[in-house]
Amino acid sequence: MTSAILQTIWSHWRRHPLQLATLLSGIALATALWSAVQAINTEARANYARAVQHLAAGSFDRIVDPSGPMTLTQYQKLRRAGWQVAAVREGRLAVAGGRVDLLGVDLLSYPTLPAIAEASDVQGIAPVDALTAPGRLFARPDLADRLRTTSGLPPVIESTQVPVGTVLTDIGTAGAILGSPEQISHVIILTEQPKGLPPLAEVAPDLTRIAAQGDGDIASLTDSFHLNLTAFGLLSFAVGLFIVHGTVGLAFEQRRPMIRTLRALGVPMAQLRHLLVVELMALALLGGAAGLILGLYIAAALLPDVAATLRGLYGAPVDGTLTIRPMWVASGLGMALVGTGLASAQAFWRLARLPLLSTPGQQAWSGQTQDSAGKLAMVGLGLVGLGIFAVMLGDGLIAGFALLAGLLMGAALCLPYLLSHLLNLGARTARSALSDWIWADMKAQLPGLSLALMALLLAMAANIGVGTMVSSFRLTFTGWLDQRLTSELYVTARDDAQGTAIETWLAQYTDRVLPIQSLEMEHAGTPIFVYGVVDDQTYRDHWPLLTPRQGVWDRIMQGQAILINEQMARRNDLWPGDRVTLAPDLTYEVAGVYSDYGNPTAQAIVSVDELPRFNLPVPNRRFGIRLKPEQVSQVARDLRATFDLLPGAVIDQGNLKARSMEMFDKTFVVTGALNILTLGVAGFAIFTSLLTLWTQRLPQLAPVWAMGITRRQLAGLELMRSVILAALTTLLALPLGLMLGWVLLTVINVEAFGWRLPMFVFPLEWVKLGALALATALVAGLLPARRLLQVPPSDLLKVFAHER
Amino acid sequence: MLLSIENVDKAYPGGRPVLSGVSLQLDRGETLALTGDSGSGKSTLLNLAATLDQFDAGEITLDQVPYSGLDDAGRAALRRSQVALVFQAFNLIPSLTVAQNLGFHARLAGRLDEAWQSELAERLGLSELLTRMPEQLSGGQQQRVAIGRAMALKPPLLLADEPTGNLDEIASAAVMDLMLDLVRDAGSALLLVTHSPAIAARADRQVHLSQGQIA
Repeated sequence: MTSAILQTIWSHWRRHPLQLATLLSGIALATALWSAVQAINTEARANYARAVQHLAAGSFDRIVDPSGPMTLTQYQKLRRAGWQVAAVREGRLAVAGGRVDLLGVDLLSYPTLPAIAEASDVQGIAPVDALTAPGRLFARPDLADRLRTTSGLPPVIESTQVPVGTVLTDIGTAGAILGSPEQISHVIILTEQPKGLPPLAEVAPDLTRIAAQGDGDIASLTDSFHLNLTAFGLLSFAVGLFIVHGTVGLAFEQRRPMIRTLRALGVPMAQLRHLLVVELMALALLGGAAGLILGLYIAAALLPDVAATLRGLYGAPVDGTLTIRPMWVASGLGMALVGTGLASAQAFWRLARLPLLSTPGQQAWSGQTQDSAGKLAMVGLGLVGLGIFAVMLGDGLIAGFALLAGLLMGAALCLPYLLSHLLNLGARTARSALSDWIWADMKAQLPGLSLALMALLLAMAANIGVGTMVSSFRLTFTGWLDQRLTSELYVTARDDAQGTAIETWLAQYTDRVLPIQSLEMEHAGTPIFVYGVVDDQTYRDHWPLLTPRQGVWDRIMQGQAILINEQMARRNDLWPGDRVTLAPDLTYEVAGVYSDYGNPTAQAIVSVDELPRFNLPVPNRRFGIRLKPEQVSQVARDLRATFDLLPGAVIDQGNLKARSMEMFDKTFVVTGALNILTLGVAGFAIFTSLLTLWTQRLPQLAPVWAMGITRRQLAGLELMRSVILAALTTLLALPLGLMLGWVLLTVINVEAFGWRLPMFVFPLEWVKLGALALATALVAGLLPARRLLQVPPSDLLKVFAHER
Repeated sequence: MLLSIENVDKAYPGGRPVLSGVSLQLDRGETLALTGDSGSGKSTLLNLAATLDQFDAGEITLDQVPYSGLDDAGRAALRRSQVALVFQAFNLIPSLTVAQNLGFHARLAGRLDEAWQSELAERLGLSELLTRMPEQLSGGQQQRVAIGRAMALKPPLLLADEPTGNLDEIASAAVMDLMLDLVRDAGSALLLVTHSPAIAARADRQVHLSQGQIA
């Protein structure tokens, strides 16, 4: 019996292949974007985890000096007290093609690292070689090549057991490379500790213990980025499910007579339900598998840019290649199954309540629809309220995303009610029978189209919101670059000696050479870069201060105060007038806060004369050079000719800005791509809704045709209907998108990156997006309109003949 | 002569003939009942007269206008202004109110006579229902709206296909009374397709169709 029932149920899809294709496409699209985002996130997190595993970090508690780097004395004090700790020295190393992370560990006491074990077991390199001068550097093959072209470095050993963009070495070698060999960044606390250990507060009250962080700093630092991607994936998933919901609902509606007949022939309802579930789940797996393949392609296309973004923004070690993981496949198929189940729940619920003798009822067009739209709007308002409540109660990224979710879902649920009222307004302008009908008909179509229109609203709002955020960011960033990159030429020397020589040599061209000197230390357990600047009008005129005050630069140059970047200000709640201790005995007043977009770490600016007081080596290798425009190319040429510089060591302002903008644009490639894909899915949702509603349209259109409106006119009106509904939805998406943009700029950005951006509006972009939405609706309406144009009168006559 | 059907043939796409050499005339103000068994071609003939379908051979003229010379737009224009239809399943426009449905066809033709529409609503017992939607009406009420919509046009030709087929005996009689009264008052001709001998008997003339031919 089961096979006979299955055959009967399946016969529906044989008769409606387009509907089957729509259902599978809906499941595939929903799964594709979600899986793509998950693949990207999983890959990135696997990279972070690998980095942690390779460095054996993350699983050990750390001890840090809140006021800056630890000293050898502090380390020795801990060891003498019996603490089993291993010292770590971190820093940045300039090599060909940019700067990389240098990690020095005490190889004698540090837990065995995979790279060292590999070198010893596989390559036969004695561990003692890494400990004795000149030491060894361990790096991945691509980085190893770059290290070999940099002079003055110890021999390099290639190892795949080192994180991307990191150089591993012994702490002694790291000290020799970075300077100040006695300096320690922090120590890790080893697992085995003797009994009766004196407490840290007793041994070294100036030091702080920080608990192990599992996946490590990078994972928590990049959480916001991945959450952002996940939110986009979820949005696309929801939009795709709208298609599934519409198609399954129609398929079930059309199969009601068949189900009634089967039940009349003695098939139990429970068995029918089970078989329909099996059928849907099989379709979900099929669509899900197609979605996974599509998702894999999307992820592979997007991952290189995401990797570049993560490296650029967070210094996160992601290498941009994709691996297919069984867990990803399982979770993608799981999402397809769960999503299809959710999207079909309503249809199943209605089926379960279907009385044996029920007949397809006439669709309610007016009061009932208006009522349910009103109830839906109330739920929507409730969701908006919950979102606002969440952000009022708590702060942080989760509250920000709760606000976004509340706003988006709430507005989507309010859409049918708002559209219905807009259509009522439109109906008031009707002056003919036909226009009366058009407005009333559009209103009547709302229940069938509302899910697709909600999808369009969400996609449009996301486009406008994210577009506003990115464009505002871009505009601010461009202005900020103009302020920050004021020197006409930038040069980086190979070493301090060459730096000094260059500085002297430049005197023949200009007296305005601005050294870019910095040192890296720690503040409140996180890295901070302290920059020293000379007194030059360039800074006074251009530096992008968010809190401009009279006499700021005078106080800095007198060594009384410092400037800090916005990230540091927000993270530590430090604002002008507050005092901050950067090192023991070195406490400064915060004189101002400046914007520092694209930099994940804290930064402070002091007078260059203050830097020696930190007792740390200050490299003197980078300079900004103020020149007359006509001198730039000549000086650049002469610099390259006179000094043995690394490739790319001399760069002019225009090139540097172009590079920065390129990096910026790369950062938002992934969001831009997801935006367009989401809009595409929404367009497809409208298309499938119009197509699936097609069979229900004939009874509504046939009487109008019978009264003398041609099929050509009706087809034109069908197109117009699709475009008007899209236009009204776009109109409503605009304020929602702007709200979304505002939340992204003022809540999410501050939480995720630590900077707040001014909001700018771009009406021309809205016009373009609106035109795109209308074009999408037009294309979505073309096929149904074409079908109407070609529908044979005999099909329309069946409406009157009761043969349908 | 208002409607003239001369030697009309019509076959289904598969080639099976539905109508063969059917000829029929209808004068202005005349009522004619078309009877016959299921599948005899009654509805097809009515659809041809309404320009809803096209014949294979022969000619149909309405007020001297031959159908064969009309394109799709011409046929639509003729339906809009000269012909009104009442169907068994009412076929009201579900998204419009009763009042909007009543005036719809006449407004499409640009011939709305508000006084006549009010009178129709009154005579059809719809005055209290004007703001309701079709799904809020009973079958009998819906059919009265359909008749009102057709008669608001004051059409030269009213075509009715089993207009009481979905109604019980009492409602059928009441609806037919109203329709015939209104047709008479408007001076329209009526071509009525029906199974019911009692209803057919109320027309001025009866024509029986059998296997696609006038019996």
